[in-house]
Amino acid sequence: MVRVALVGLGKMGASHLSIVNAHPLVKVTAVCDATGYVLDVLSKYTGLTVYSSFEEMLQADDIDALIVATPSRFHAPMVEAALKRGLHVFCEKPFCLDPADSIRLGELAEERGLVNQVGYHYRFVGAFQEMKRLLDAGAIGRVTHILAEAYGPVVLKPKGSTWRSQRAEGGGCLYDYAAHPLNLLNWCFGAPNGVGGSVVNKIFSRDSDDEVYSTLYFPDGVTAQLSVNWSDESYRKMSTKVSVWGTNGRISADRQECQVYLREAVAGAAGYSEGWNVRYTTELTDEVWFYVRGEEYSAQIDHFVQAVSGGAMETVSSFRSAAETDQILAMILADAERGPSTTRETPIERAPQARRFSLFGGKRARTAG
Amino acid sequence: MNRLLFGDNQFFGVNHMSEEKARAQSIRFQDVSRIIEVLDAAYDEGVKTFMCTTHDKIEAVCDHVRANKARYPDFVFYPCMPYAHKYANAITEDGPLGALRRFLPSDGLLDAAFRGGASLAKKDIEGVATLLIDAEMKMFDGLSTPVIFLQNVVVDLLLGLNFKEAFSIFANHVKKKYRAEPGFITMNMPMLLDVLDEVGVKNPIVCSNINKIGFRMSGGFEAYERALKEREFQAIAMSVFASGAIPPKEALEWVCHQPNVRSIVFGASSRANIRNTRDITLQFWPDAA
Repeated sequence: MVRVALVGLGKMGASHLSIVNAHPLVKVTAVCDATGYVLDVLSKYTGLTVYSSFEEMLQADDIDALIVATPSRFHAPMVEAALKRGLHVFCEKPFCLDPADSIRLGELAEERGLVNQVGYHYRFVGAFQEMKRLLDAGAIGRVTHILAEAYGPVVLKPKGSTWRSQRAEGGGCLYDYAAHPLNLLNWCFGAPNGVGGSVVNKIFSRDSDDEVYSTLYFPDGVTAQLSVNWSDESYRKMSTKVSVWGTNGRISADRQECQVYLREAVAGAAGYSEGWNVRYTTELTDEVWFYVRGEEYSAQIDHFVQAVSGGAMETVSSFRSAAETDQILAMILADAERGPSTTRETPIERAPQARRFSLFGGKRARTAG
Repeated sequence: MNRLLFGDNQFFGVNHMSEEKARAQSIRFQDVSRIIEVLDAAYDEGVKTFMCTTHDKIEAVCDHVRANKARYPDFVFYPCMPYAHKYANAITEDGPLGALRRFLPSDGLLDAAFRGGASLAKKDIEGVATLLIDAEMKMFDGLSTPVIFLQNVVVDLLLGLNFKEAFSIFANHVKKKYRAEPGFITMNMPMLLDVLDEVGVKNPIVCSNINKIGFRMSGGFEAYERALKEREFQAIAMSVFASGAIPPKEALEWVCHQPNVRSIVFGASSRANIRNTRDITLQFWPDAA
């Protein structure tokens, strides 16, 4: 039995708690949050042991592993305290706002032989796993370029009062959305040598960003374009897509499917023929023991629990790998801050600052189709 | 309960196979009159129960059916609440308490409930929960809603948390206030049956994926087979085609031969597809007419 504690009962925390609590190898021994009424409801109805103080919870002697799902700026101090206490740690993404912390904590976890994982759940989506498998097998030849995209309807008006609307807290489109496609790039192509042409703009937000664009430079001349916008109402929910061009074709993957065009069939990609090939989520997804909101969320928790339970240290989404993503996030921010080079006297114009009132007065009329 | 129920995923750009197909569908059904056209076709083909989420657009469908009662004497709604994205987005913007305030009819009860700070009485939780149900039910005023469902995201979240009493709170309120039968949608049917049993929800209506390839049947194919054979409950099968992975005839033949499946919920965008599904089902379930 793995004895698990969880801190942070927001949207991700509640979902992780539900999933891990249903795991046959787990006993949830402690839950911590700063909000009294949430703890109150939880202890009254579920009988879970609750703490309002993280420090106090860490003193308990019936915890083997901790799930951290607090606002991002608390990740570094909480993860550090947990590791020093000898706990295995699963932490929500982005890992740490300062990449120096990410690297240091990755080293600390490895030194102490503790299982460490960050919640990049797209690494557990069947279609992206298939994309990586094909890339590793060299199915599309030498890769030349990648387009990594994420769009969704999170901030649609100048409003918002939670930590997710504050960049200093780890909120904003860069940390919340862009981190996902960037992490997939790290997974498939490693760490880039540099970034350029970065744009980190506000559309509606006052204290964080709503759209992020950048060019990433990987070894061997491979480039990637990042295009992310969380103020796009045309999407029903977050949608992440990665397209990869190579000398032997193209792969395009999202949560639902993996589309592959091969100029020539190759030995490494058995079952894939010349021309178009499509594999759907129904055939690429492994069933999970318990489902709340997508197999990948259950699969990543199971992966962590199995690693703790089986004594394996290496996970698919380790602190070390998440540190690579945190480094790119920092590079993009610095690059956007520096701004573009220009030969003209006139400075490059920035997007207008978000105002506190809506120009459109609420919901806009749609044109009939 | 009718043996064939009409679902609504196709109207809202929900497609588990392809984002492109999902977008094509949301473009096609942007205008509510296009949704009503398909519902009319279903109704005229004898599929008269509409199992739908409490999405904003459904409100317009409700208005239409209310205004044309003579056209739809037997039209039945099975509301499925809540439409989760509405709440998820609100929680991201305003936090859990702010989101609650947004959806509750007035601030009075919530303020009273939270006045004491950290200490909340059970009756307050029940009060908030039942007010949320009432808010979701408003759009169905005056329409026939003999079964009211709790959506799978909520059911399964509560199931994992072991928040068992929530199911009896929901069941009791739905029975008492709406004289309806409570229904539960889940991706974890065998596990849910145990918990419903425990909290005394007898012979429950449970809607879950039931398909030949075991797609999204969490807990395992065998556990589902066993539950259908041995448990006392009213099973509704959804995702019988596994998002198109199984050909219609093969999928329906298999499902219709499972023991204890009361109904099938399916989605379709055209009269031809509705008729086709109905006709195939009739071959195996002659009483589905």
